[in-house]
Amino acid sequence: MQEQAQVQASELKVSARRAMNRRTTWVWAGRAILAVIVIGGWQWFTTAGWVDKFFFGQPSEIWNSLVDLFTKGTAFGTIWENLWVTMQEAIYGFALGTLVGVVLGILLGSNKYLSEVVGPYIRIVNSIPRIVLGSIFIVAFGLGVFPKVLLAAVLVFFVVFFNAFQGVREVDQNLVGNVRVLGASPLQVAIHVTIPSAMTWIIASLHTAFGFAIIGALVAEVLGAQQGIGLIISQAQGTFDPNTVFACMVIIAVITLGAEYLIALLERTLLKWRPPNRSEAQTI
Amino acid sequence: MNAIHANRPPGAFERAEIAAGIDIVGLTKRYLTPKHETFTAIRDVTLRVEPGEFCAIVGPTGCGKSTTLAQVSGLERPSAGSVSVHDQIVDGITEGVSYMFQADALFPWKTVLGNVLIGPVLLGTPKKEATLLARDWLRRVGLAGFEDRYPHQLSGGMRKRVAMAAALINNPRILLMDEPFGALDVQTKAIMQNELLQLWEELRPSVLFITHDLDEAVALADKVVIMTSSPGTIKDVFHIDLPRPRGDVQKIRHEERFLELQGQIWESLKDEVTRAYKQSAGAAA
Repeated sequence: MQEQAQVQASELKVSARRAMNRRTTWVWAGRAILAVIVIGGWQWFTTAGWVDKFFFGQPSEIWNSLVDLFTKGTAFGTIWENLWVTMQEAIYGFALGTLVGVVLGILLGSNKYLSEVVGPYIRIVNSIPRIVLGSIFIVAFGLGVFPKVLLAAVLVFFVVFFNAFQGVREVDQNLVGNVRVLGASPLQVAIHVTIPSAMTWIIASLHTAFGFAIIGALVAEVLGAQQGIGLIISQAQGTFDPNTVFACMVIIAVITLGAEYLIALLERTLLKWRPPNRSEAQTI
Repeated sequence: MNAIHANRPPGAFERAEIAAGIDIVGLTKRYLTPKHETFTAIRDVTLRVEPGEFCAIVGPTGCGKSTTLAQVSGLERPSAGSVSVHDQIVDGITEGVSYMFQADALFPWKTVLGNVLIGPVLLGTPKKEATLLARDWLRRVGLAGFEDRYPHQLSGGMRKRVAMAAALINNPRILLMDEPFGALDVQTKAIMQNELLQLWEELRPSVLFITHDLDEAVALADKVVIMTSSPGTIKDVFHIDLPRPRGDVQKIRHEERFLELQGQIWESLKDEVTRAYKQSAGAAA
């Protein structure tokens, strides 16, 4: 009897695994087909001449420019040098913006007086199209790395700040009351309750924030730079070379996906206490 | 206070060294509503809880029971009147108090052990000692082996046990409980009530226990206080002369004296509940 049950259980397991494998295969097949349709269609339409490849580029040409970028380099040094410059700007900007955003968010979130005083100004600055600040930074600080870091940081700051602020506001007041009764000082309340509680919100904002850091760095480079992916893009734009622009987009997309993956790893380690299926919505 | 807790070896559970009496005199609390009107939550509440007494507060919804607890804990300041604990007027956070809420106020990002550990750690107990103490308390509430789980991995009853261990680990002089078992199903509730009684008999802190459940109040408490509907004030005080230890709360419900007391208290409470209902219905209409 028992053996029979065991056999049945193992059969069930095998068939369940088979069903799951089949599903995975289908999903990947669907993805591949979608890619073939989009890229193949693009190639076909431009080859047939229905769409002008002079303006809209062509996948095969984009591939060639990619190869060129990596083998021949650019007018401003190798692609690696340029990529490194852009990455530096984005990463420093990301770090700076996140740091300031988290600190100010938590500070203003936990201090009502401060938030009432500073609040309107933050809203005013937030309503300015921040890309314009890029021009000011470049005029003020020149064509180096610093103004790019600054623009990236400004873009990152607001995303992180508002999330940290909201996170602090959402802290369970029962928890705060509980530790205060147990004798916690304001600093201990922050360490044990406010910061861990806001962490969920802050980490969620980092996904978007890194994208903004890249945007900030690129836009600032387009506005004026000596090196960087943004400069290559603006140069290619000047010479009517959409293929190189697309090639740069591909490079940036790969980098951003990589960063996204790292942030997801960080999220998993920091928020391992959360019930598992909460972040299901983020799989897309 | 710290000295008392810090050097107590785990496993040695004396009764709360100085179970503190609570004196509430003429306590009034007014709040400013967002519309800038004053709302009186409680008015002229006077109540004495003897050291080591288990006092239940029953009253219609929104009658200021929780407000009363907040004044005792020192989380809020009274608008008039005073609260004294152990003959000292409460001014700031009262020492030696533990709180237990209806919603389990556990840290979702801390493990079960971390949640229980926080009490002694905040008092400055070294981490190692605190861990030993916390493990011992988890064993006492029947959660040995669950130390590394996170709260979301536990059932509602188990979370309550964690909250109970966390509330009692510091050996509080006063235990404030705000409908702690309100959200539990009937069976779990009975089990938790029995466990609470057992732990209370051992430690004997003074307890202020808010509940909507009359049976619960009579089964657990030495004294049941009825509050009027808003603004809350004390209407009646009933002394529950059922013998201690009470034993199984499920069984005591059928005893004659229990039913008698329960009937008396319900008579007193009934009017208030009806009045509160009419008030809220009137406001809604």
